[in-house]
Amino acid sequence: MRYMMMTKDDASSAGTPPSPELYAAMGKLIEEMSKAGVLLATGGLSPNPTRIKSSGGKITVTDGPFTEAKEAVVGFALVEAKSKEEAIELSKRFWQVVGDGQGEIYEVF
Amino acid sequence: MTIPDIHRTIDAVWRIESARLIASLTRIVRDVGLAEDLAQGALVAALEQWPQSGIPDKPGAWLMTTAKHHAIDQIRRNVRLERKQEELGRELEIGQELGVPDLDVDSDEDMGDDLLRLIFIACHPVLSKEARLALTLRLLGGLTTDEIARAFLVPEPTIAQRIVRAKRTLSEARVPFEVPMGSERAMRLSSVLEVIYLIFNEGYSATSGDDWMRPALCEDALRLGRVLAELIPNEPEVHGLVALMEIQASRLRARIGPSGEAIPLLEQNRGRWDQLLIQRGFAALLRAEAVGGALGPYRLQAAIAACHAQARTPEETDWERIAALYDALVQLAPSPIVELNRAVAISMAFGPAAGLEIVDTLTTEPSLKTYHLLPSVRGDLLAKLGRFSEAHAEFKRAASLTRNARERELLLERAATMMKGKSV
Repeated sequence: MRYMMMTKDDASSAGTPPSPELYAAMGKLIEEMSKAGVLLATGGLSPNPTRIKSSGGKITVTDGPFTEAKEAVVGFALVEAKSKEEAIELSKRFWQVVGDGQGEIYEVF
Repeated sequence: MTIPDIHRTIDAVWRIESARLIASLTRIVRDVGLAEDLAQGALVAALEQWPQSGIPDKPGAWLMTTAKHHAIDQIRRNVRLERKQEELGRELEIGQELGVPDLDVDSDEDMGDDLLRLIFIACHPVLSKEARLALTLRLLGGLTTDEIARAFLVPEPTIAQRIVRAKRTLSEARVPFEVPMGSERAMRLSSVLEVIYLIFNEGYSATSGDDWMRPALCEDALRLGRVLAELIPNEPEVHGLVALMEIQASRLRARIGPSGEAIPLLEQNRGRWDQLLIQRGFAALLRAEAVGGALGPYRLQAAIAACHAQARTPEETDWERIAALYDALVQLAPSPIVELNRAVAISMAFGPAAGLEIVDTLTTEPSLKTYHLLPSVRGDLLAKLGRFSEAHAEFKRAASLTRNARERELLLERAATMMKGKSV
């Protein structure tokens, strides 16, 4: 089963790139998860998304950054795991490296 | 956390950690059976303690330390380890010197080497094929005996026995705990790849009514293959096998029809092919190419699968390239089924007569006697050549050989259209 893990930024540090140490640690973690055969895809997301809204047949496109965004999604990892618990365990390893923050785990159908 | 939650989490931790745990313990005690017992002992301890103490931050290290302590106890009680005492003495001394509960945390590299050794042992050719499958899924896949039994549609005691006997065979054969090199390596690696692909195919052949453990075998095999590719990245056939599995797996959602019949590749809805897996398959093929060396059977099969994956519609398929790849494959790994597939590719690239020439050499092949795709392919080629009454006979024969009701229906329909003189 596939699980999408999204990491969220908190507003206070939004826009600041991770430190080199953090980058290195995350790189190592990605390596480990690849070696475990569970990482299908991963990436960091731009802090300046483009918003698109469709309403009553009208489409509006707005470029970021968006100051009111409290919890922007900053990264994702798509993993293959046999259960939600396994996905959570994998995610725990990520948080042990990263420190404080929050994220969401979605089962992908 | 409730107790069931904790148990599910412990199951998940086990799936993540058990292979490396058993591998490291095997290095220490030099016996796969004992290593697994010690690992299981650590699991029991976890099941007893973690509900109270909580899941530790580094569950893998906790299990390793616990198992090592049990190992040291066993050594002291001198049970099965007399002859191993010298080797173990070293580990013991280091442990006693450190005297810290956290003990040594094995380096990543050590654990990788251990895992690789364990993979080679579980797939050792001294074991029967069934034994290798069961042992690999147990020690490396982290599956329970029950799960393995459900996956292979055999009773649980059968699997339990297989595993017990396999460990005994390895012990008696005194299989060394090392990564094979030199002249032995190719043969040993071939055995590993064969086991992984067998697991994959067992999962791939599962039908929709089956226990979900069966299609899950594809994931198990893929995970094992990917792990192996990271452990020995300089072996092109490993990447070839991974590529083949990724691309085949990409078709899983497209290959079964509403009545459980297999939908042939050329008739599948390509919109259902998983593009993520296809990309991963291509990436694995590129890695194989980067390593270089002669093309092996897995790389060739993967290249053929990649040809199909690259074609957005069946009409865009590069049949000449596929035919050339099959020509090479039949040299390396000849088999009647490969020859039949080659005939199909040749017929698509160069016309039905060319294909029929090859198929006609297979009609007396004993291993294809009950294979419904042989008369089915032959009927197809005959129909394209306007030989309708012969085609009719072949489709009827194919219908009588298939076990799937819907497939039988379809083949009988085709037989009927032959009598009306239509060409397809």
